[in-house]
Amino acid sequence: MTFLSNEPIERHTFAVLVDNEPGVLARVIGLFSGRGYNIESLTVAEVDPVKQLSRITLVSSGTRMVIDQIKVQLDRLVPIHTVLDLTDGGAFVERELALVKVLGTGEHRVEALRIAGVFRARVIDSTTESFVFELTGSSQKLDAFIDIMRPLGLAELSRTGAAAISRGTATI
Amino acid sequence: MTTTAAATTETTTEPKTMTGAQLVLEALVDQGVDTIFGYPGGAVLPIYDALYQQNRIKHVLVRHEQAAVHAAEGYARSTGKVGVVLVTSGPGATNAVTGLVDALMDSIPLVCLTGQVPTHLIGNDAFQEADTTGITRPATKHNYLVKDVAQLARTVHEAFFVARNGRPGPVVVDLPKDVQFASGPYYGPELCRPKSYKPQTEPDHAAIERAIDLMAKAERPIFYTGGGVINSGPRAAEMLTELVRATGFPCTNTLMGLGAFPASDKQFLGMLGMHGTYEANLAMHGCDVMICIGARFDDRVTGKTSEFSPNSKKIHVDIDASSINKNIRVDLPIVGDAGRAIELLLAAWKKRAPKPKLDAWWKQIEFWRARDCLRYATTKDVIKPQYALERLRAAIQGRDDVIISTEVGQHQMWAAQFLPFDKPNRWLTSGGLGTMGYGLPAAIGAQIGNPGALCIDVAGEASILMNIQEMSTAVQYRLPVKVFILNNQWMGMVRQWQQLLHGERYSQSYSEALPDFVKLADAFGGVGMRVDAADDLDRVIAEMIAADKPCIVDVTVDPNENCFPMIPGGHAHNEMLLGPEDHKSQDPSAREEGMVLV
Ligand SMILES: Cc1ncc(C[n+]2csc(CCOP(=O)(O)OP(=O)(O)O)c2C)c(N)n1
Ligand SMILES: [Mg+2]
Repeated sequence: MTFLSNEPIERHTFAVLVDNEPGVLARVIGLFSGRGYNIESLTVAEVDPVKQLSRITLVSSGTRMVIDQIKVQLDRLVPIHTVLDLTDGGAFVERELALVKVLGTGEHRVEALRIAGVFRARVIDSTTESFVFELTGSSQKLDAFIDIMRPLGLAELSRTGAAAISRGTATI
Repeated sequence: MTTTAAATTETTTEPKTMTGAQLVLEALVDQGVDTIFGYPGGAVLPIYDALYQQNRIKHVLVRHEQAAVHAAEGYARSTGKVGVVLVTSGPGATNAVTGLVDALMDSIPLVCLTGQVPTHLIGNDAFQEADTTGITRPATKHNYLVKDVAQLARTVHEAFFVARNGRPGPVVVDLPKDVQFASGPYYGPELCRPKSYKPQTEPDHAAIERAIDLMAKAERPIFYTGGGVINSGPRAAEMLTELVRATGFPCTNTLMGLGAFPASDKQFLGMLGMHGTYEANLAMHGCDVMICIGARFDDRVTGKTSEFSPNSKKIHVDIDASSINKNIRVDLPIVGDAGRAIELLLAAWKKRAPKPKLDAWWKQIEFWRARDCLRYATTKDVIKPQYALERLRAAIQGRDDVIISTEVGQHQMWAAQFLPFDKPNRWLTSGGLGTMGYGLPAAIGAQIGNPGALCIDVAGEASILMNIQEMSTAVQYRLPVKVFILNNQWMGMVRQWQQLLHGERYSQSYSEALPDFVKLADAFGGVGMRVDAADDLDRVIAEMIAADKPCIVDVTVDPNENCFPMIPGGHAHNEMLLGPEDHKSQDPSAREEGMVLV
C-alpha cells in the first residue's frame, strides 16, 4: 500500500460499446463528473443500427488507480456492453477531425492556404475573406496546425474529439 | 428502451393483454412480491386503483416517501427479498431520493416505482413533474423511464434482475400516467433478461488457490468482512463462520457486516473502524495477511489511508470490481459472489489442511483485548448510554428473533458496540449515507417482513424527530415496534466532534425544545415510557418488550458521554483515542487534516 497522490498522470483512450438508449450518455458523463474524473474528449455515434449500439470514444487522464477505476466504473453501468482501454490493449489508431475557419486577405491568406497544403487539410468552404479547412489526424497534429493558424487569422474552431480503434485483426 | 417486446418472447401463445397498472402488479406478483410501501398521488392513481381491486399484494401506507424507502430497506435487509416502493411523481419522487441514495450506499436491493406525468407532457413543467430519471440517475444503481406500454412488463422484470443481482442496489422505474392506462402485453420474468448486465459471480479459482497460499503461510492473519457477506445470503454467513473457525484466524466485521460472524465467538474482535474496538483496529494495523470479503475499505474503516495496515498482503473479495483498488491497493483481487468465494476458500482450505502457527498472534490480540476498550465509567447519578444498552442486551440475550435498527449518531455506534449480533439480517443501520431518520421506518419494514419478531429502533432524540410521523404507520398496522431513545439532549455525535475538533464551540448541536416523548407516543396511539434512574431500566425494558403496541421509551442518559474508542479523522488505526482522558493525538497538522474530513 502506498499513498497514491504522487503517481504519474497517464492519458488513456477508452472504447465503450453502449445501448443506444436515452440517458446513456448522461450516465457516462454523470459518472465522470460525480467521481471527479477528467474528460479530455468524448465522441459518440451509433455504430450498429440493428442491435442499436453506440460507440463512445473517451480520452481521459489520471493516475493508474484512477484509470483502472474508470474502466471498472464504466463497466458496471447497466447499459454498457464493453469497455476497452485501448491504451492498455496494445497498438491502436486515433484520429480527430477539425473544422478551422480562418479569416484574412493578402499575405496571411496565401500563407494559410500554403500551410493547409503542408498539413494536407482540405478547403471545404471559401469566400474572398475566409477559408474553412477540414483536417484529420492525431490530436497533436491538429494542435500543431491550429497553433500555426492562430496568427494567420484563426477565427473559429470545431473539433470532434478523438475516435479510436485497435490495430490488426482484433475487434471489440 | 430499444428491444421490441415481440423480439424478447419465443412463446407461440398470445401474451395476455392488460392495462399498464395491471401489468405492473402482475409483474410484481411474478417477482414474488407480496408487500409494497408507498404513498399515493395523482400520477400513480391508476396503480392505486388496480391495487384496490386485488388482494395479492399488501400495500403499507407510510407517512412520508423517504420513510417508504427506508421501510423497504428494513424489509429487504431483514428478509433478503427485494424491497418495493410506490410513490407519485414530483414531490413523491424527490422525497424518496434520500432513501434511494441510502440504499445505493449500503447495497440494498430495491425497486422504486414512481409515477410520472403523461408522456405528452414530459418536459413541459407540468404539475408535479420532476425529471425523476435525471434526478435519480446518481441516486440509483439504474433507472428506467417507460414510454411504451409494450415495454412495461419487461422493464419491471429487468428492474428486479438489476436490483438483486451483482452488487444489489435501488432501481427506479418511472411510469408516465398514460402508460399506466394504456393496454399492453404481459410477459413473464423468464422472457425478460437485460442484454448487457452480466455481473461476475464465480470467482477465479486460481486466485482462490493463491489466497490459500497466502493464508496458509500467514503469521498474523485477519478476516475483515462486510455487508457483502450478508447480501450473499444466510448461507454465506454460515460458511464464513465455518471458514473462520477452520482457520483459527481472528475476524472483525464492518458496521454493515455485523451478524455475519457471531459476536459471541471468541475469534470475533468486534467491529473495526472509527469507533471500532482497540483489538480489531490494532490487529488490522499489524496483520500480515488481510482477507477482506464483501467490504469496501471505506474511509470510516481505513482511517488515514497512507498508514492503513502498512505491512500486510491484502486479499479482496468483492462482487463489484470497482470496489477493488478504489481506496486501498490490494495484492490479490477476487471478483465474485462473497458466499461462493467463501465456499471455495473453505473447500480449498480443508483440502490442504494447513496448520499455521498463530499462538504469538493470539497472545498479542489478547493483550490488546485486555485493554477492555469499551469500558466506561459508571456513576450513580446518571444513566450511561452504554449501561442502558447493556441492560437492553441482557433483556434480549439468547433470543433469536430480535431485529435492531438505529438512527445515526453516538447511539448508533454504541448499539454496534454493545448489542449482540450472532446472526445476519438482524441489524439494520444506515452505514454509507448515515441517514438520521432511518431507524423507525426501517424497524417498521422489518416488523412487516417478520411478524412476531422483536423490532427495536435504538434512537437518538434528535434523529427520531426526522421520521417520527411513522409512529402513525406503526399504529395503523398494529406493529409493536419499539423506539429506545438514548436521550442525551444533544446531537451527541456532532457535539463530540465540536468538543474534540472545534474548540468546544457547540454550534447548534443542543437539542432545544424537545417534545415530551411519552405524551408524543400517547398522541400517536402508542405507549410512552420514561426512564430517569438506572434502577428503572430493567423494569421499563421488560414492559417495552411486552407491549403489544408501538412503544417509545425515553431514556435520560448522560449528556456528556462520548463514544470511544475513536480514531479521529485523518489518523491511523494505531492512533486511537480510548477515553476522555486520552489526548495523545494532538498533532496539529493531523488535526487540521482530520477537521476537513467528515
Ligand atoms: C439527515 C442527517 N442530517 C445530519 C446529519 C449529521 N449528524 C450526524 S449524527 C448527528 C446527531 C444525531 O443526534 P442524535 O440523534 O441525538 O444522536 P446522538 O449522537 O446524540 O446519539 C447529526 C446531526 C446526519 N447524519 N443525517
Ligand atoms: Mg442525542
